[in-house]
Amino acid sequence: MANYNLIVNNKKVKVDVEPDMPLLWVLRDFADLKGTKFGCGMALCGACTVHLDGQPARSCQTPVSSVSKTTKITTIEGIGDGKLHAIQQAWIEEQVPQCGYCQSGQIMSAVALLKEKPSPTDEEIDSAMSGNLCRCGTYDRIRRAIHRAADTIKVSEKGIGKN
Amino acid sequence: MENIKATRRDFLKTTGLTSFGLALGISSFAKDATVKKIVPAILKLEINPFIVIDTAGNITIINPRPDMGQGSTQAVPSLLAEELEVSLDQVKIAQSDGKDKYGNQTSGGSSSVRSLWEPIRKAGAAAREMLTEAAAKRWNVPVSECSAKDGAIIHNPTGRSLGFGELADDASKLEVPKNPKLKDPKDFKIIGKYNKRLDVPERVTGKAVYGLDVDIPGMVYAAILHSPSLHGKIISIDDAETKKVKGVLKVVKTERPMPHRTSEAVAVIGTNWWAALKGKKALNVKWDNGDLEKTLSTDKYFAETYEAAKKDGINYEEKGDFSAKYASVEKKLEANYETPFLAHAPIEPENAIVHVKDDGSVEIWAPIQGPDWALRDVCAYMKVAPEKVKINVTLLGGAFGRKAYHDFLLEACHLSRELKKPVKVIWTREDDISQGPYRPGMLSHMQGFVENGSITGYHHHAIGESIVGQVFKGLKSDEADPWLSEEISMNNNKYTFPAASKISWTNVKTDIPIVWWRSVYASNFGWGQECFIDELAHLAGKDPLKARMELIKDDRFKKVLETLAEKAAWGEKLSEGQGKGIAVFKSFDSISATCITVTKKDQGVSIDKVVTVIDCGYYVNPDNVKAQTEGNIVMGITAAIKDGITFTNGVCDQSNYHQYNIMRLNETPKMEIHIVDSGANPGGVGEPGLPPIAPALGNAIFAATGKRMRKLPFDINNLA
Repeated sequence: MANYNLIVNNKKVKVDVEPDMPLLWVLRDFADLKGTKFGCGMALCGACTVHLDGQPARSCQTPVSSVSKTTKITTIEGIGDGKLHAIQQAWIEEQVPQCGYCQSGQIMSAVALLKEKPSPTDEEIDSAMSGNLCRCGTYDRIRRAIHRAADTIKVSEKGIGKN
Repeated sequence: MENIKATRRDFLKTTGLTSFGLALGISSFAKDATVKKIVPAILKLEINPFIVIDTAGNITIINPRPDMGQGSTQAVPSLLAEELEVSLDQVKIAQSDGKDKYGNQTSGGSSSVRSLWEPIRKAGAAAREMLTEAAAKRWNVPVSECSAKDGAIIHNPTGRSLGFGELADDASKLEVPKNPKLKDPKDFKIIGKYNKRLDVPERVTGKAVYGLDVDIPGMVYAAILHSPSLHGKIISIDDAETKKVKGVLKVVKTERPMPHRTSEAVAVIGTNWWAALKGKKALNVKWDNGDLEKTLSTDKYFAETYEAAKKDGINYEEKGDFSAKYASVEKKLEANYETPFLAHAPIEPENAIVHVKDDGSVEIWAPIQGPDWALRDVCAYMKVAPEKVKINVTLLGGAFGRKAYHDFLLEACHLSRELKKPVKVIWTREDDISQGPYRPGMLSHMQGFVENGSITGYHHHAIGESIVGQVFKGLKSDEADPWLSEEISMNNNKYTFPAASKISWTNVKTDIPIVWWRSVYASNFGWGQECFIDELAHLAGKDPLKARMELIKDDRFKKVLETLAEKAAWGEKLSEGQGKGIAVFKSFDSISATCITVTKKDQGVSIDKVVTVIDCGYYVNPDNVKAQTEGNIVMGITAAIKDGITFTNGVCDQSNYHQYNIMRLNETPKMEIHIVDSGANPGGVGEPGLPPIAPALGNAIFAATGKRMRKLPFDINNLA
């Protein structure tokens, strides 16, 4: 066992776990953040997606010992800053989730995509989102919701620009 | 009296209510369902308190259908809110716990709205009438001058109003109306209208609690090593390396109880699941596989189905003498259509927490489709009375039929009894994919003929392992599987063949565990039925749509097909290399038809567009009908062009999503869904969209390339 000091959603978290424990299980069982999900354990389904310094990462394949104490870890619980993120709002508007289990991972991938590409094309959405599986088959709505969120962000930024 | 108090207290606790007020239950779910009043004194009776309005005006409905993504958490309260004249956000939902008094509580067979449509609306209407009468008495005015609105009764001439809470006690003293007046559908404000599902926000913020997310104080975790050959016997367990893993508490010989047999297994118990999993990987267990390496083989199974196709099966139904007629006609066809075994592979793996307590009582937290079935299974397995079992159903992270099969739950029961602690069992994805249960692989042996340019004869010989037989041990050797009635019977598909028709069955057995999978046998037999009708249409030199219209007399089917022809621009000129295919299938009382357009591309085709038309009768939320149908399109295409489950030398060849691929966002074609408003009784929505997908694709491929696909799955990029 070893002590790890982590920064999760801008808060300091100290855990005492085995070095090879994946970040997924550290977050879920030692930081009580259950929004990040276990789906496959092999980085094949994307349900465990979190951000490490803003970059999407599969937490089921990220040993806790590989995360530095200065790395900012963001989970589904931390993207909204207390309110709903534009992506989450768009997910509600388009009524994306069915069971909802994979959607934490989908949303984390989508948030990272919009940071990188504020107005993504369908091809860019394809490439950013193809690592996240949804067995309920909500893909068509995910695509629509990403476009909607991109439009919302553009409109609100224009608003800020005018002021 | 103590019992009554305890029951009442429990009920109030479950529902989060502070006082009792008016509670109504439903006597049965038959057509003649009557609404009954529940008073605290009779709560101990086995009557289901479904709807409670407390004196603070809180309205609670007990939802007897767990939500696995199909939308029961909206559909069920909508039925009540409509008749009670309240908005959806005024109704609180509590999940039923499996006890008999709540009746059937299984999400399955696309049954939620179909079976609750009448009884819940009746209960809502009865409550509305009782509250109205109570208000009229209080004001001493005629009932006809009062109406319900937004959780209150209004005296229309004066505008006075009394909240439901203020009237609940008075209302509870009134007789329950025998035939409360249901609203005319044209006055519906909620049913049939677009409404956002109120629990979507918790599903986009990580707050929704699935089975995997439940923690119970003092619980330990279990990772289970199952027999690679499913039913092997343990020769030896070497756990020396496992015991070195930090966090591993214990290694226990355990078992996996399935309906058709119980298999041996080894559980590694840990203080956390990661430790238990590491310990499982470090185990060295020797298995005696007996003859499983020979018998557990999908090649062997399918070889037997093709042999069976050469012989007569057991007749399920026959009109005319098909065989004699078939022997005598000239223009005829015969073909075999194969569908593979499939895993459900919900993204949330199977998991359950069970606590067998010192007094022998059992408490469960699990993502299960049917607490009533689970209760029955747990009571039988643990030999306890239902009163000693408490089931807390969590949200389900997908299920598709898998989570109404309770092996994982009974494993947790077994371990908690051994360890005398709450135990959380979590299956790995590898357990999920390589252990089953699966949709059975099936073969459709098809025969048909054409006379004078029309299709006049048809025979569907359904061949394979029976769910009724393996899961329920309920199939006699001289009996055709009774579930064919819901799927491929002539009464269901509405085709009429003038000369002769026959449906027959042969049971080919396997020890590979099987179970229902989204749309059950329809997902198998729709492939054979609808591709073969297409083949016969071409043999008759007819347009596949027109050929179907000639064979079908039913008006709802015709309307669905006509709508599809219009929406999918059937018959319009196609681009070079393009082809369109259609299929129609009725399942769970809903008719669904699909047109798929494909374009030739290298050695395969690409899917340009999918258009589905569905007639599901009355529905609650058109957006949810569309969402479920979108899901069926994705799952239906996945089943056609991704991976099947195969067993070679006694072991499953697939273990995780890299070998059992499911469709991804970048592969998802354009799709369009249209609803036909027939005003018929509600049909299912969760499953009926799936059966026509694979055959529509197969028929489109034939139209574009001339290649007739008969075996699923196939590689859409390489059809050679």
